Amino acid sequence: MSEQNNATIVSEPLKAETRKFNFYYGDNHALKNVDLPVAERMVTALIGPSGCGKSTLLRSFNRMHDLYPGNRYEGEIRLYPDDVNLVSPAVDPIEIRMRISMVFQKPNPFPKTIFENVAYGLMVRGEKRRSVLEEKVEEALRGAALWEEVKDRLDDLAFNLSGGQQQRLCIARALAADPEIILFDEPTSALDPIATASIEELIAEIKEKVTILIVTHNMQQAARISDYTAFMYLGELVEFGRTDELFVRPRKKQTEDYITGRFG
Amino acid sequence: MASKESMELRGVIARNQRWDLIVGTVGLLATALGVIILTLLFLDLVLDGWRRLTPEFFLNFPSRRPEEAGILSAWVGSALVMIVTAFTAVPLGVAAAIYLEEYAPKNWVTELIEINVTNLAAVPSIIYGLLALGLFVYILGFGHSILTAGLTLGLMILPIIIVATREALRAIPVAIREAAYALGATRWQVVSDHLIPYASGGIYTGVIIGLSRAIGETAPVITIGALTFIAFLPPIPFSGDPPAGPFDWLFSPFTVLPIQMFNWLSRPQSAFHVNAAATGIVIIVATLAMNGIAIWLRSRIRAKLKW
Ligand SMILES: Nc1ncnc2c1ncn2[C@@H]1O[C@H](COP(=O)(O)OP(=O)(O)OP(=O)(O)O)[C@@H](O)[C@H]1O
Ligand SMILES: [Mg+2]
Repeated sequence: MSEQNNATIVSEPLKAETRKFNFYYGDNHALKNVDLPVAERMVTALIGPSGCGKSTLLRSFNRMHDLYPGNRYEGEIRLYPDDVNLVSPAVDPIEIRMRISMVFQKPNPFPKTIFENVAYGLMVRGEKRRSVLEEKVEEALRGAALWEEVKDRLDDLAFNLSGGQQQRLCIARALAADPEIILFDEPTSALDPIATASIEELIAEIKEKVTILIVTHNMQQAARISDYTAFMYLGELVEFGRTDELFVRPRKKQTEDYITGRFG
Repeated sequence: MASKESMELRGVIARNQRWDLIVGTVGLLATALGVIILTLLFLDLVLDGWRRLTPEFFLNFPSRRPEEAGILSAWVGSALVMIVTAFTAVPLGVAAAIYLEEYAPKNWVTELIEINVTNLAAVPSIIYGLLALGLFVYILGFGHSILTAGLTLGLMILPIIIVATREALRAIPVAIREAAYALGATRWQVVSDHLIPYASGGIYTGVIIGLSRAIGETAPVITIGALTFIAFLPPIPFSGDPPAGPFDWLFSPFTVLPIQMFNWLSRPQSAFHVNAAATGIVIIVATLAMNGIAIWLRSRIRAKLKW
């Protein structure tokens, strides 16, 4: 990115930004000098062929890699407006995860009731007042467009929902904690087209309030829902740009090959 | 119709299928043999002993007259020993398994501990009896008591509970743990809010299988000096004069069902052998009932966990 600083492409204020960010799985150098700006209350999509490091980068934002031994961060991920380096060992990963939620590829509700699933993020913070929990759970379920479908069976097991409903439940669970950023790792890859459309609609609504970073394999999806797109290849950030520009006039040959389907 | 090649193929398939038939038949015979022998043994026991299974049999102390002898002290002893066993082995075993699975760094020390725990499950039970005789009876001075027996059997079934709990923990998908961590849960919150509840089916199963093994154990209990003839019950807390302390029963002498059975079997009078058979029925029914509960609990909890 020598010719252009990625951050200057973004016209909105930044919510976060990686700077010369590197990541290692033991000896495996999975991310190389990534400079990715994340615009506030915008959707930033990460695209690229399988194994290029999209999930690795996404999971760095909520310090998921801390759960496993041998992983190492280098460089910075700055979180604004605090201007802290969130991968610094001095920063508590638990605080980061309370502020930055995540929705996974496969719906992964807890084997608990719908209510308990959504309330869990509040319960880990020690919130026990039933009235507060009820209010927040309803708000989150409404935010995830699931309230009407489940309001009469909040005490049912979450597993009894359909796949698309389960994924919306996971979104509600992420929303209930009032996060500043939500990370989505291919949230629709396990869903049918109708469920996918409803999740995409949801993302468009959520971004009014929350900054979104999303990994997707589906180029049309990236083009439909994102404001900014980052194309990654072999652990490097090859090109970053406004989605409407990157898909129409890619600056790099690799980006063009990828989005026109010539590889990957 | 059939070409030459397809005739050849049919020959090959027929040859292959012959082996299916042979293996299937041998397997069925082997299974049937095991089940039939077990059933016959149990039937033999029932035929010998069912006449003695009266209420008095459960309410009488042992006696020199076989028709009046009962298993009161033995079943009470077994029950109390099982309580001590469960109270030692369950917390220790579950805590050890959670530590090994969730907290311990994965290095060669952990691996060594892991191998040893698995091997401990294969140590003959009389070795536990010898160890307990030295440790609990002589060094710690717990005497030939219910406490000593409970601790000994607790140690013996510890590996069973550790292994069962670890397997139950490992069966929980990574995605579920990550979901909890991603919401800002601490390790202990993940363990107590998620892992223990989801693993509880496997933990119960391990506990019950361990206890049903412990209830039939004879060798280690004889080694630590259980009595073979006992005509009183351990003191009930706060009863008697002067009133017994709440934990006096732990230090009481005792006997257990398999020892009572062994004692009657070794008498020359055949009337006592009937008592032994009746005691055998009680032990087997208790074991089967425990296993039944384990299966029921597991299926009930599994029904909630879809992975
Ligand atoms: N736990 C791990 N240990 C070691 N290497 C890993 C681990 N996870 C991923 N990798 C490696 O890091 C690189 C990036 O993987 P990552 O999962 O981030 O790719 P991705 O872009 O998300 O791919 P996909 O589109 O298939 O999900 C790959 O080469 C992968 O083999
Ligand atoms: Mg991925």
